Amino acid sequence: MTYDLMTYDLVVIGGGAAGVAGALSAAQRGLRVALIDSGARLGGQYFRHPAVPPHPATSGLDRFVRQTRALSERAELLLGHQVWSVSREPGGDLTVHCVTTPGDGSGERPVEVRGRRLLLATGAHDRPLPFPGWDLPGVLTAGGAQALLKGNGVVAGQRVVVAGTGPFLLPVAAGLAAAGARVLGVHEANGGLGLARHPVLALAKAGEAASYALSLARHRVPYRPRTAVLAAHGGDRLEAVTVARLDRDWNVLSTRRVACDTLATGYGFTPQTDLGVQLGCDTRRDADGSPVLAVDDRQRTGVPGVWAAGEPTGVGGWRLAELEGRLAGLAAADDAGLAAAGESAAREAGAALPEVLVRRRDRMRAFARALLEAYPVKDGWQGWLRDDTLVCRCEEVPLSRLREAQDLGATDARSIKLLARPGMGWCQGRICGYPVACLAGEEPAPPRRPVVQPITLAALAEDLSAEPPTGGPS
Amino acid sequence: MSDVIVVGAGVVGAACAYYAARAGLDVTVVDRGPVAGGTTGAGEGNVLVSDKEPGPELDLALLSNGLWRELAETRGGFEFEPKGGLVVAETGEIQAQLTGLAGKQGVEHRIVAPTALRELEPHLADGLAGGVFYPQDAQVQPMLAAARLLRHGADSYGHGTVRLRLGVTVTGFIRSGDRVTGVRTDKGDLLGGAVVNAAGTWGGEIAALAGAALPVLPRRGFILVTEPLAEPLIRHKVYTAAYVTNVASDSAALETSAVVEGTQAGTVLIGASRERVGFDRTTSVPVLARLAEQAVALFPALRGVRVIRSYCGFRPYCPDHLPVIGADPRAPGLYHACGHEGAGIGLAPATEHLLAQLLTGREPDLDLHPFRPDRFPEEPR
Repeated sequence: MTYDLMTYDLVVIGGGAAGVAGALSAAQRGLRVALIDSGARLGGQYFRHPAVPPHPATSGLDRFVRQTRALSERAELLLGHQVWSVSREPGGDLTVHCVTTPGDGSGERPVEVRGRRLLLATGAHDRPLPFPGWDLPGVLTAGGAQALLKGNGVVAGQRVVVAGTGPFLLPVAAGLAAAGARVLGVHEANGGLGLARHPVLALAKAGEAASYALSLARHRVPYRPRTAVLAAHGGDRLEAVTVARLDRDWNVLSTRRVACDTLATGYGFTPQTDLGVQLGCDTRRDADGSPVLAVDDRQRTGVPGVWAAGEPTGVGGWRLAELEGRLAGLAAADDAGLAAAGESAAREAGAALPEVLVRRRDRMRAFARALLEAYPVKDGWQGWLRDDTLVCRCEEVPLSRLREAQDLGATDARSIKLLARPGMGWCQGRICGYPVACLAGEEPAPPRRPVVQPITLAALAEDLSAEPPTGGPS
Repeated sequence: MSDVIVVGAGVVGAACAYYAARAGLDVTVVDRGPVAGGTTGAGEGNVLVSDKEPGPELDLALLSNGLWRELAETRGGFEFEPKGGLVVAETGEIQAQLTGLAGKQGVEHRIVAPTALRELEPHLADGLAGGVFYPQDAQVQPMLAAARLLRHGADSYGHGTVRLRLGVTVTGFIRSGDRVTGVRTDKGDLLGGAVVNAAGTWGGEIAALAGAALPVLPRRGFILVTEPLAEPLIRHKVYTAAYVTNVASDSAALETSAVVEGTQAGTVLIGASRERVGFDRTTSVPVLARLAEQAVALFPALRGVRVIRSYCGFRPYCPDHLPVIGADPRAPGLYHACGHEGAGIGLAPATEHLLAQLLTGREPDLDLHPFRPDRFPEEPR
């Protein structure tokens, strides 16, 4: 057991846009800050540290690199640390339980980091939808394809199809095309006019969208609204996909086959809220029905000492995430200052946050909300599945087993899981949780994951530092 | 109007529906949630005879063990595994106690010398003082067991029909004079000739709606689940002797003992903790760490295996550790089948076989007197 005897003023979980900005803002105000991230480098999903200079350039990367430099001089950076649980100490402090694997071959070991305050900046992960053949090698999530490109400079394939919904498909396709892949088409299941139709979107995002559109046009990549990939075909790996024209509700109008070796697909993002849920933070429904952590104007969750910023509070992209992180860092610093001054009465109100940041955040939140509404997931996708289509890949659960469980009396997603095992495997429902909830006819429930990341039994056993609390009779 | 209304669609309620339908009765099962959404969905699926002291619960367990085997042969669909249980002793003194208990139980068993332990479990730790092997111990997948019993009950018996009303919350009882003649729910009244309280850990709350006190309390337990293993590492249900004493203990404080077994899905399940903390679901890191520590002490080969999730549940605990089975004289027409603590899966078939005999006016195969609902001293009000 590594015991860091320091109790930090603020522990930040997540080293992406929100976490780095939050940690830096708090550290600049004099707080002792630790930032924990599972990756070997800072950056999260968006600012994934590039192996080769990205092209087209990752917007905002220079600024992020400056932030990380400033942060490394002012805060403790715990990289390569996977957080598996956060618990509350009797005195009110929060203990972040992590594991890390040192390079000396000694194996995974537990690390506990203690803080008075916690900032959850855990980002989001890809939200794929299942369809026949989606488990074939050559089928990637859109985020996965981009991660390969950004992190390793690897172009995912020679003949690539990009499909799904949302503006994120554009940079993925543009990035792949610029890196030399032949992108056969971008298939947007929704109208695709969302950007222009929504006045707020048209104004705020026009510049960026236009640059991607230009990049796609330069590489002769067709952008096809109201189309989707219904099925992937191939023996050992992907050889072709079935592309369909869709109606408004994503019902199939007609299909054709397209030969390709790579498919990048994504239907939005699922915010990572599990640590917040573990701590008892309230959640709310985002515009797309996803459970997200509810925060107030100061990015405070309902749980004392716990702030949240970025995608866990609602998917909105790196710019909004960074702003929320800065505000959270400032709010946490205020809280620490007030605590030091003993102004418990003033603590509730807190000092005013910079108006200029607050207003920009609120405007960007409205924009994020409009984006989610412009690119919804429509129920029609459920009709693309066949009885033998795997819904949960970890446990290899096909649609027919889900239906069988429902027939046996499973009336909700949780009981479907208990009877048919979707979501019981490695990813604990991170991938299949959303589609299973849709198939059960409900909105996804806040994820209950007492063990957020896998941990070896040896490392878990070593976590025994304190005596277990003894409960009283009730 | 049904002959019997069963409150609770866990394994006990499901078995009740099955055996009542088999006895020719029409059954309606109501549950506020889905099938197996409570304690049934949070257990390991134990069908054990090894961990019971001689007495009425062991008699019930033995009867139930035979019934589970019969159900597995004639019905199936719930991953019944007659894997056998191995209780291991850390010291010679404990081994002597285990041997003594096995002698008194009168259950099929085999004393295992320290040198023979690895023939049964090749990956057990060094230095153990021996054990006792119980070939009758078995495991089922408890959620599937509940769902399949309901389905078999509904499909198989021409006379008795099983109706399932899920998402329906019982809010009270309908009385005719003293007699219970049905339940009130948030979706309307349901009339029945008899009402069976199979609400598990919430059985006390249902009984209270009929004005009858039943001291069923939650006793929390955590289970760790590992990644699926390519090759099974653990062949039987293996546990340390401390489990037997913990099960029988009255303490409210945390008690843990190593209980380790593989499942058909390839995962390893690791228990068992017991503590009385109400219905608090907050994960306790120290408890999880303690479970891991005990498991790797018993099976060092598990050290590098990853835990991928954990879950907790609330055993329905009665002060004397016996379930409540039978007619409630304080509310004629109301029967109880709850309070099985950690043994509900194992004891469900026998419980409901006997209750079905009672409901159809026959003499139960076992004396139900030790399980009577009014055996607890009245709480001073």
